[in-house]
Amino acid sequence: MSTETLEKDVKEVKKTSEPLLSKKRRTLLTNPLDEDNPITIQVLGICSALAVTVALKPTLVMAIAVTAVLVLANVVISALRNTIPNRIRIIVQLVVVASLVAIVDQVLKAYSYDVWKELSVFIGLIITNCIVMGRLEAFALGNKPWDAMLDGLGNSFGYAWIILAIAFFRELTGSGKLFGVKVLPYEYIGNGVMMSPAGACILLGILIWVIRSRNGYVED
Amino acid sequence: MENLLNIFVKSIFIDNMIFAYFLGMCSYLAVSKKYKTAAGLGMAVIFVLGITIPLNWLAYNFLLKEGALTWISEDFASIDLEVLKFIVFIAIVAAFVQLTEMAVEKFSPSLYNSLGIFLPLIAVNCSILGGALFLPTRDYEFVEALTFGLGSGIGWFLAVVSLAAIREKMAYADVPKPLRGLGITFIIVGLMAFGFMSFGGFELPFKNKEQQQAELEKTSDNSEIVDEVSVANYSE
Repeated sequence: MSTETLEKDVKEVKKTSEPLLSKKRRTLLTNPLDEDNPITIQVLGICSALAVTVALKPTLVMAIAVTAVLVLANVVISALRNTIPNRIRIIVQLVVVASLVAIVDQVLKAYSYDVWKELSVFIGLIITNCIVMGRLEAFALGNKPWDAMLDGLGNSFGYAWIILAIAFFRELTGSGKLFGVKVLPYEYIGNGVMMSPAGACILLGILIWVIRSRNGYVED
Repeated sequence: MENLLNIFVKSIFIDNMIFAYFLGMCSYLAVSKKYKTAAGLGMAVIFVLGITIPLNWLAYNFLLKEGALTWISEDFASIDLEVLKFIVFIAIVAAFVQLTEMAVEKFSPSLYNSLGIFLPLIAVNCSILGGALFLPTRDYEFVEALTFGLGSGIGWFLAVVSLAAIREKMAYADVPKPLRGLGITFIIVGLMAFGFMSFGGFELPFKNKEQQQAELEKTSDNSEIVDEVSVANYSE
Protein backbone atom coordinates (compact mmCIF):
# COMPACT_ATOMS: atom_id res chain seq x y z
CA MET A 1 0.00 0.00 0.00
CA SER A 2 1.42 3.41 -0.92
CA THR A 3 1.73 6.15 1.65
CA GLU A 4 -0.93 8.20 -0.08
CA THR A 5 -3.65 5.64 0.35
CA LEU A 6 -2.46 5.03 3.89
CA GLU A 7 -2.89 8.70 4.73
CA LYS A 8 -6.29 8.69 3.13
CA ASP A 9 -7.25 5.69 5.22
CA VAL A 10 -6.07 7.39 8.38
CA LYS A 11 -8.10 10.47 7.55
CA GLU A 12 -11.19 8.42 6.94
CA VAL A 13 -10.76 6.64 10.22
CA LYS A 14 -10.39 9.97 11.98
CA LYS A 15 -13.47 11.33 10.34
CA THR A 16 -15.65 8.46 11.42
CA SER A 17 -14.07 7.90 14.81
CA GLU A 18 -16.43 7.89 17.74
CA PRO A 19 -15.95 7.69 21.51
CA LEU A 20 -14.40 4.40 22.64
CA LEU A 21 -17.54 3.46 24.49
CA SER A 22 -20.32 5.15 22.59
CA LYS A 23 -23.91 4.10 23.05
CA LYS A 24 -23.79 1.82 20.03
CA ARG A 25 -20.68 0.14 21.34
CA ARG A 26 -22.14 -0.33 24.78
CA THR A 27 -25.02 -2.26 23.25
CA LEU A 28 -22.45 -4.52 21.58
CA LEU A 29 -21.34 -5.42 25.06
CA THR A 30 -24.70 -5.67 26.82
CA ASN A 31 -27.00 -7.09 24.14
CA PRO A 32 -25.52 -10.61 24.14
CA LEU A 33 -26.10 -10.86 27.89
CA ASP A 34 -29.86 -11.01 27.52
CA GLU A 35 -31.88 -10.32 24.37
CA ASP A 36 -29.22 -11.52 21.93
CA ASN A 37 -27.69 -14.24 24.08
CA PRO A 38 -25.52 -16.69 22.11
CA ILE A 39 -26.95 -19.76 23.82
CA THR A 40 -30.59 -19.03 24.56
CA ILE A 41 -31.43 -16.89 21.50
CA GLN A 42 -28.83 -17.52 18.80
CA VAL A 43 -28.56 -21.27 19.63
CA LEU A 44 -24.78 -21.40 19.34
CA GLY A 45 -22.19 -23.29 21.35
CA ILE A 46 -24.54 -25.83 22.85
CA CYS A 47 -22.17 -28.81 22.85
CA SER A 48 -19.82 -27.45 25.46
CA ALA A 49 -22.62 -25.76 27.40
CA LEU A 50 -24.09 -29.18 28.13
CA ALA A 51 -20.96 -31.29 28.33
CA VAL A 52 -18.70 -29.39 30.71
CA THR A 53 -21.29 -28.11 33.18
CA VAL A 54 -21.18 -31.02 35.63
CA ALA A 55 -19.36 -28.87 38.21
CA LEU A 56 -18.57 -25.18 38.62
CA LYS A 57 -14.79 -25.37 38.51
CA PRO A 58 -14.31 -26.85 35.01
CA THR A 59 -17.14 -24.63 33.80
CA LEU A 60 -15.37 -21.50 35.01
CA VAL A 61 -12.15 -22.60 33.32
CA MET A 62 -14.05 -23.36 30.13
CA ALA A 63 -15.72 -19.93 30.21
CA ILE A 64 -12.34 -18.23 30.59
CA ALA A 65 -10.85 -20.32 27.78
CA VAL A 66 -13.72 -19.48 25.43
CA THR A 67 -13.49 -15.79 26.33
CA ALA A 68 -9.77 -15.72 25.54
CA VAL A 69 -10.17 -17.55 22.23
CA LEU A 70 -13.25 -15.63 21.08
CA VAL A 71 -11.86 -12.16 21.85
CA LEU A 72 -8.46 -12.86 20.29
CA ALA A 73 -9.90 -14.60 17.23
CA ASN A 74 -12.38 -11.75 16.69
CA VAL A 75 -9.60 -9.18 16.82
CA VAL A 76 -7.26 -11.15 14.54
CA ILE A 77 -9.89 -11.94 11.90
CA SER A 78 -11.22 -8.41 12.02
CA ALA A 79 -7.72 -7.05 11.45
CA LEU A 80 -7.21 -9.42 8.52
CA ARG A 81 -10.71 -9.00 7.09
CA ASN A 82 -9.68 -7.08 3.99
CA THR A 83 -6.96 -9.53 3.01
CA ILE A 84 -8.89 -12.81 3.32
CA PRO A 85 -10.27 -14.10 0.00
CA ASN A 86 -13.94 -14.89 0.37
CA ARG A 87 -13.79 -18.45 -0.91
CA ILE A 88 -11.31 -19.77 1.61
CA ARG A 89 -12.38 -17.69 4.60
CA ILE A 90 -13.69 -20.69 6.56
CA ILE A 91 -10.32 -22.42 6.42
CA VAL A 92 -8.50 -19.23 7.37
CA GLN A 93 -10.82 -18.77 10.34
CA LEU A 94 -10.37 -22.38 11.40
CA VAL A 95 -6.59 -22.12 11.28
CA VAL A 96 -6.53 -18.92 13.34
CA VAL A 97 -8.91 -20.38 15.92
CA ALA A 98 -7.07 -23.71 16.01
CA SER A 99 -3.76 -22.01 16.75
CA LEU A 100 -5.32 -19.98 19.56
CA VAL A 101 -6.93 -23.10 21.01
CA ALA A 102 -3.62 -24.96 20.87
CA ILE A 103 -2.07 -22.17 22.96
CA VAL A 104 -4.93 -22.21 25.48
CA ASP A 105 -4.67 -26.01 25.66
CA GLN A 106 -0.95 -25.88 26.44
CA VAL A 107 -1.38 -23.13 29.06
CA LEU A 108 -4.12 -25.11 30.81
CA LYS A 109 -2.08 -28.30 30.67
CA ALA A 110 0.81 -26.47 32.32
CA TYR A 111 -1.04 -24.55 35.03
CA SER A 112 -4.11 -26.59 35.91
CA TYR A 113 -3.58 -30.16 34.86
CA ASP A 114 -6.57 -31.66 36.74
CA VAL A 115 -9.10 -29.41 35.06
CA TRP A 116 -7.39 -29.93 31.72
CA LYS A 117 -7.81 -33.67 32.15
CA GLU A 118 -11.45 -33.29 33.17
CA LEU A 119 -12.28 -31.13 30.16
CA SER A 120 -10.47 -33.58 27.83
CA VAL A 121 -11.70 -33.16 24.26
CA PHE A 122 -13.87 -30.15 25.00
CA ILE A 123 -10.95 -27.71 25.04
CA GLY A 124 -10.13 -28.83 21.51
CA LEU A 125 -13.76 -28.51 20.56
CA ILE A 126 -13.65 -24.74 21.18
CA ILE A 127 -12.37 -24.73 17.56
CA THR A 128 -15.73 -25.88 16.28
CA ASN A 129 -17.68 -24.07 18.98
CA CYS A 130 -20.36 -22.40 16.93
CA ILE A 131 -20.12 -19.20 18.99
CA VAL A 132 -16.58 -18.61 17.78
CA MET A 133 -17.27 -19.41 14.13
CA GLY A 134 -20.64 -17.67 14.22
CA ARG A 135 -19.29 -14.40 15.60
CA LEU A 136 -16.33 -14.47 13.20
CA GLU A 137 -18.67 -14.93 10.25
CA ALA A 138 -21.38 -12.56 11.38
CA PHE A 139 -19.39 -9.79 12.99
CA ALA A 140 -15.60 -9.83 12.77
CA LEU A 141 -15.54 -10.11 8.97
CA GLY A 142 -17.41 -6.82 8.61
CA ASN A 143 -16.31 -4.65 11.49
CA LYS A 144 -13.27 -2.89 12.93
CA PRO A 145 -11.03 -4.63 15.51
CA TRP A 146 -12.15 -2.56 18.53
CA ASP A 147 -15.84 -3.23 17.84
CA ALA A 148 -15.01 -6.88 17.20
CA MET A 149 -13.28 -7.07 20.55
CA LEU A 150 -16.30 -5.62 22.35
CA ASP A 151 -18.57 -8.04 20.50
CA GLY A 152 -16.32 -10.93 21.49
CA LEU A 153 -16.33 -9.87 25.13
CA GLY A 154 -20.09 -9.41 25.18
CA ASN A 155 -20.82 -12.77 23.59
CA SER A 156 -18.40 -14.68 25.76
CA PHE A 157 -19.90 -13.10 28.89
CA GLY A 158 -23.34 -14.05 27.64
CA TYR A 159 -22.08 -17.60 27.16
CA ALA A 160 -20.29 -17.61 30.51
CA TRP A 161 -23.23 -16.61 32.66
CA ILE A 162 -25.51 -19.21 31.11
CA ILE A 163 -23.09 -22.10 31.53
CA LEU A 164 -22.22 -20.96 35.07
CA ALA A 165 -25.92 -20.89 35.93
CA ILE A 166 -26.41 -24.42 34.58
CA ALA A 167 -23.31 -25.65 36.38
CA PHE A 168 -24.52 -24.04 39.65
CA PHE A 169 -27.81 -25.95 39.58
CA ARG A 170 -26.24 -29.17 38.32
CA GLU A 171 -23.51 -29.28 40.95
CA LEU A 172 -25.83 -28.17 43.76
CA THR A 173 -28.57 -30.71 43.06
CA GLY A 174 -26.32 -33.39 41.62
CA SER A 175 -23.83 -33.68 44.43
CA GLY A 176 -24.82 -31.02 46.99
CA LYS A 177 -21.57 -29.16 46.43
CA LEU A 178 -20.46 -25.78 45.09
CA PHE A 179 -16.91 -25.48 43.72
CA GLY A 180 -16.27 -28.89 45.29
CA VAL A 181 -17.29 -27.75 48.80
CA LYS A 182 -20.25 -29.49 50.41
CA VAL A 183 -22.98 -26.90 51.09
CA LEU A 184 -26.13 -28.97 51.49
CA PRO A 185 -26.63 -31.03 54.69
CA TYR A 186 -24.48 -34.12 54.83
CA GLU A 187 -27.48 -36.46 54.53
CA TYR A 188 -28.32 -35.07 51.08
CA ILE A 189 -28.06 -37.79 48.48
CA GLY A 190 -26.90 -36.56 45.08
CA ASN A 191 -29.44 -36.63 42.28
CA GLY A 192 -27.81 -38.76 39.60
CA VAL A 193 -30.10 -37.45 36.86
CA MET A 194 -28.65 -33.96 37.15
CA MET A 195 -25.15 -35.32 36.65
CA SER A 196 -26.18 -37.10 33.47
CA PRO A 197 -26.36 -35.45 30.04
CA ALA A 198 -30.13 -35.88 29.97
CA GLY A 199 -30.58 -33.79 33.11
CA ALA A 200 -28.49 -31.02 31.59
CA CYS A 201 -30.72 -30.90 28.52
CA ILE A 202 -33.89 -30.59 30.55
CA LEU A 203 -32.34 -27.99 32.85
CA LEU A 204 -31.23 -25.89 29.88
CA GLY A 205 -34.72 -26.21 28.39
CA ILE A 206 -36.25 -24.85 31.57
CA LEU A 207 -33.65 -22.06 31.81
CA ILE A 208 -34.49 -21.01 28.25
CA TRP A 209 -38.17 -21.04 29.17
CA VAL A 210 -37.57 -18.71 32.13
CA ILE A 211 -35.31 -16.33 30.18
CA ARG A 212 -37.62 -16.11 27.18
CA SER A 213 -40.72 -15.52 29.24
CA ARG A 214 -38.83 -12.67 30.89
CA ASN A 215 -37.61 -10.93 27.73
CA GLY A 216 -40.61 -11.86 25.62
CA TYR A 217 -38.72 -13.55 22.78
CA VAL A 218 -40.97 -15.97 20.87
CA GLU A 219 -39.92 -18.40 18.15
CA ASP A 220 -42.48 -19.09 15.48
CA MET B 1 -14.11 -59.39 13.93
CA GLU B 2 -16.16 -59.71 17.11
CA ASN B 3 -14.32 -56.74 18.48
CA LEU B 4 -15.30 -54.68 15.46
CA LEU B 5 -18.96 -55.52 15.95
CA ASN B 6 -18.61 -54.42 19.56
CA ILE B 7 -17.16 -51.07 18.60
CA PHE B 8 -19.85 -50.64 15.97
CA VAL B 9 -22.77 -51.30 18.33
CA LYS B 10 -21.14 -49.28 21.08
CA SER B 11 -20.54 -46.21 18.94
CA ILE B 12 -24.10 -46.24 17.60
CA PHE B 13 -26.08 -46.80 20.77
CA ILE B 14 -24.08 -46.63 23.98
CA ASP B 15 -21.58 -43.90 23.15
CA ASN B 16 -23.96 -42.07 20.85
CA MET B 17 -22.38 -38.81 19.70
CA ILE B 18 -25.45 -36.78 20.59
CA PHE B 19 -26.89 -38.43 23.66
CA ALA B 20 -23.70 -39.41 25.44
CA TYR B 21 -21.28 -36.64 24.44
CA PHE B 22 -23.43 -33.82 22.99
CA LEU B 23 -21.21 -33.51 19.95
CA GLY B 24 -22.56 -31.78 16.88
CA MET B 25 -25.37 -30.24 18.90
CA CYS B 26 -25.56 -26.92 17.06
CA SER B 27 -26.26 -28.34 13.63
CA TYR B 28 -28.35 -31.06 15.27
CA LEU B 29 -30.76 -28.43 16.61
CA ALA B 30 -30.54 -26.24 13.53
CA VAL B 31 -31.45 -28.81 10.87
CA SER B 32 -33.91 -30.97 12.77
CA LYS B 33 -36.95 -28.87 11.88
CA LYS B 34 -37.72 -30.92 8.77
CA TYR B 35 -37.28 -34.65 8.31
CA LYS B 36 -35.84 -34.33 4.80
CA THR B 37 -33.07 -31.89 5.56
CA ALA B 38 -32.22 -33.83 8.70
CA ALA B 39 -31.79 -37.03 6.71
CA GLY B 40 -29.61 -35.18 4.17
CA LEU B 41 -27.24 -33.82 6.78
CA GLY B 42 -27.23 -37.17 8.58
CA MET B 43 -26.05 -38.95 5.43
CA ALA B 44 -23.34 -36.34 4.91
CA VAL B 45 -22.15 -36.81 8.50
CA ILE B 46 -21.91 -40.60 8.07
CA PHE B 47 -19.88 -40.13 4.91
CA VAL B 48 -17.51 -37.49 6.28
CA LEU B 49 -17.00 -39.22 9.65
CA GLY B 50 -16.41 -42.56 7.93
CA ILE B 51 -13.56 -41.09 5.92
CA THR B 52 -12.01 -38.39 8.07
CA ILE B 53 -11.65 -40.58 11.16
CA PRO B 54 -9.37 -43.09 9.38
CA LEU B 55 -7.52 -40.17 7.74
CA ASN B 56 -6.98 -38.53 11.10
CA TRP B 57 -5.95 -41.90 12.54
CA LEU B 58 -3.22 -42.08 9.91
CA ALA B 59 -2.15 -38.52 10.64
CA TYR B 60 -2.04 -39.20 14.37
CA ASN B 61 -0.19 -42.50 14.20
CA PHE B 62 2.32 -41.62 11.51
CA LEU B 63 2.86 -37.93 12.18
CA LEU B 64 1.77 -36.60 15.54
CA LYS B 65 2.18 -39.28 18.21
CA GLU B 66 5.37 -39.40 20.23
CA GLY B 67 7.83 -41.53 18.24
CA ALA B 68 5.45 -41.69 15.28
CA LEU B 69 8.04 -40.35 12.90
CA THR B 70 10.40 -43.30 13.27
CA TRP B 71 9.31 -44.51 9.85
CA ILE B 72 11.39 -41.69 8.38
CA SER B 73 14.44 -42.04 10.53
CA GLU B 74 15.32 -43.55 13.91
CA ASP B 75 16.57 -40.15 15.05
CA PHE B 76 13.02 -38.83 15.27
CA ALA B 77 11.98 -41.27 18.01
CA SER B 78 11.83 -38.56 20.68
CA ILE B 79 9.78 -36.06 18.65
CA ASP B 80 6.29 -35.41 19.99
CA LEU B 81 4.10 -33.28 17.77
CA GLU B 82 0.89 -33.75 19.70
CA VAL B 83 0.65 -29.98 20.26
CA LEU B 84 -0.20 -29.65 16.61
CA LYS B 85 -3.10 -32.11 16.67
CA PHE B 86 -5.83 -29.45 16.65
CA ILE B 87 -4.48 -27.69 13.60
CA VAL B 88 -3.73 -30.91 11.71
CA PHE B 89 -7.09 -32.51 12.48
CA ILE B 90 -9.16 -29.47 11.58
CA ALA B 91 -7.10 -28.87 8.45
CA ILE B 92 -7.70 -32.45 7.31
CA VAL B 93 -11.42 -32.18 8.00
CA ALA B 94 -11.81 -28.79 6.30
CA ALA B 95 -9.71 -29.77 3.30
CA PHE B 96 -11.56 -33.05 2.89
CA VAL B 97 -14.94 -31.36 3.08
CA GLN B 98 -13.89 -28.78 0.51
CA LEU B 99 -12.56 -31.51 -1.81
CA THR B 100 -15.71 -33.60 -1.53
CA GLU B 101 -17.83 -30.58 -2.23
CA MET B 102 -15.91 -29.85 -5.41
CA ALA B 103 -15.90 -33.50 -6.52
CA VAL B 104 -19.63 -33.94 -5.90
CA GLU B 105 -20.38 -30.69 -7.70
CA LYS B 106 -18.44 -31.89 -10.75
CA PHE B 107 -19.50 -35.50 -11.01
CA SER B 108 -23.01 -35.63 -9.65
CA PRO B 109 -24.92 -32.34 -9.80
CA SER B 110 -28.14 -33.98 -8.62
CA LEU B 111 -26.49 -35.27 -5.46
CA TYR B 112 -24.85 -31.87 -5.05
CA ASN B 113 -28.21 -30.17 -5.12
CA SER B 114 -29.66 -32.41 -2.45
CA LEU B 115 -26.55 -32.58 -0.24
CA GLY B 116 -24.45 -29.66 -1.38
CA ILE B 117 -25.62 -27.01 1.02
CA PHE B 118 -24.92 -29.24 4.01
CA LEU B 119 -21.35 -30.12 3.17
CA PRO B 120 -19.74 -26.81 4.12
CA LEU B 121 -21.69 -26.90 7.40
CA ILE B 122 -20.02 -30.16 8.29
CA ALA B 123 -16.53 -28.68 8.56
CA VAL B 124 -17.65 -26.96 11.74
CA ASN B 125 -19.72 -29.83 13.08
CA CYS B 126 -18.30 -30.74 16.50
CA SER B 127 -18.94 -34.44 16.03
CA ILE B 128 -16.36 -34.68 13.23
CA LEU B 129 -13.57 -33.00 15.16
CA GLY B 130 -14.74 -34.58 18.43
CA GLY B 131 -14.50 -38.05 16.93
CA ALA B 132 -10.96 -37.28 15.79
CA LEU B 133 -10.01 -35.95 19.22
CA PHE B 134 -11.17 -39.19 20.84
CA LEU B 135 -8.54 -41.09 18.83
CA PRO B 136 -5.51 -40.25 21.02
CA THR B 137 -7.34 -41.44 24.14
CA ARG B 138 -8.49 -44.72 22.61
CA ASP B 139 -6.03 -47.21 21.25
CA TYR B 140 -7.72 -48.18 18.02
CA GLU B 141 -6.28 -50.18 15.16
CA PHE B 142 -6.88 -48.76 11.69
CA VAL B 143 -9.92 -50.94 10.94
CA GLU B 144 -11.31 -50.27 14.40
CA ALA B 145 -10.99 -46.53 13.78
CA LEU B 146 -12.89 -46.93 10.52
CA THR B 147 -15.66 -48.85 12.30
CA PHE B 148 -15.78 -46.26 15.04
CA GLY B 149 -16.12 -43.48 12.46
CA LEU B 150 -18.93 -45.19 10.58
CA GLY B 151 -20.74 -46.22 13.78
CA SER B 152 -20.61 -42.71 15.23
CA GLY B 153 -21.94 -41.33 11.98
CA ILE B 154 -24.86 -43.76 11.95
CA GLY B 155 -25.58 -42.93 15.60
CA TRP B 156 -25.71 -39.23 14.73
CA PHE B 157 -27.95 -39.95 11.75
CA LEU B 158 -30.39 -41.95 13.90
CA ALA B 159 -30.49 -39.21 16.52
CA VAL B 160 -31.13 -36.38 14.08
CA VAL B 161 -33.75 -38.24 12.07
CA SER B 162 -35.72 -39.26 15.16
CA LEU B 163 -35.65 -35.74 16.58
CA ALA B 164 -36.79 -34.31 13.25
CA ALA B 165 -39.69 -36.75 13.16
CA ILE B 166 -40.80 -35.71 16.64
CA ARG B 167 -40.46 -32.02 15.84
CA GLU B 168 -42.59 -32.37 12.71
CA LYS B 169 -45.35 -33.90 14.79
CA MET B 170 -44.96 -31.18 17.37
CA ALA B 171 -46.13 -28.54 14.95
CA TYR B 172 -49.64 -29.65 15.94
CA ALA B 173 -49.06 -29.32 19.68
CA ASP B 174 -49.95 -26.27 21.73
CA VAL B 175 -46.70 -25.45 23.47
CA PRO B 176 -46.48 -22.46 25.88
CA LYS B 177 -45.17 -19.48 23.90
CA PRO B 178 -41.78 -18.87 25.55
CA LEU B 179 -41.05 -22.60 25.49
CA ARG B 180 -41.65 -22.89 21.76
CA GLY B 181 -38.79 -23.83 19.51
CA LEU B 182 -35.52 -24.23 21.34
CA GLY B 183 -36.85 -24.76 24.86
CA ILE B 184 -39.17 -27.66 24.16
CA THR B 185 -36.59 -29.18 21.79
CA PHE B 186 -34.08 -29.34 24.61
CA ILE B 187 -36.57 -31.06 26.87
CA ILE B 188 -37.33 -33.60 24.12
CA VAL B 189 -33.63 -34.22 23.59
CA GLY B 190 -33.29 -34.78 27.33
CA LEU B 191 -36.09 -37.35 27.29
CA MET B 192 -34.55 -39.08 24.28
CA ALA B 193 -31.24 -39.15 26.09
CA PHE B 194 -32.98 -40.97 28.97
CA GLY B 195 -34.14 -43.54 26.45
CA PHE B 196 -30.65 -43.98 25.08
CA MET B 197 -29.24 -44.30 28.60
CA SER B 198 -31.02 -47.64 28.83
CA PHE B 199 -28.58 -48.94 26.21
CA GLY B 200 -25.89 -48.44 28.85
CA GLY B 201 -27.00 -51.66 30.53
CA PHE B 202 -26.66 -53.53 27.29
CA GLU B 203 -24.49 -56.60 27.34
CA LEU B 204 -22.37 -56.37 24.21
CA PRO B 205 -22.91 -59.31 21.86
CA PHE B 206 -19.28 -60.27 21.73
CA LYS B 207 -16.57 -59.98 24.30
CA ASN B 208 -13.11 -58.86 23.41
CA LYS B 209 -10.02 -60.93 24.20
CA GLU B 210 -9.29 -59.39 27.61
CA GLN B 211 -12.83 -59.96 28.81
CA GLN B 212 -12.72 -63.56 27.58
CA GLN B 213 -9.45 -64.04 29.40
CA ALA B 214 -10.90 -62.56 32.57
CA GLU B 215 -13.89 -64.86 32.41
CA LEU B 216 -11.73 -67.88 31.74
CA GLU B 217 -9.68 -67.06 34.81
CA LYS B 218 -12.83 -66.63 36.88
CA THR B 219 -14.23 -70.03 35.93
CA SER B 220 -10.88 -71.72 36.27
CA ASP B 221 -10.50 -70.49 39.84
CA ASN B 222 -12.43 -73.54 40.99
CA SER B 223 -10.07 -76.09 39.58
CA GLU B 224 -7.01 -76.65 41.69
CA ILE B 225 -4.69 -77.59 38.84
CA VAL B 226 -4.99 -74.25 37.13
CA ASP B 227 -4.64 -72.59 40.52
CA GLU B 228 -1.29 -74.23 41.01
CA VAL B 229 -0.15 -73.09 37.59
CA SER B 230 -1.15 -69.54 38.26
CA VAL B 231 0.53 -69.65 41.68
CA ALA B 232 3.66 -70.88 39.97
CA ASN B 233 3.33 -68.02 37.54
CA TYR B 234 2.98 -65.54 40.35
CA SER B 235 6.04 -66.86 42.17
CA GLU B 236 8.08 -66.38 39.05
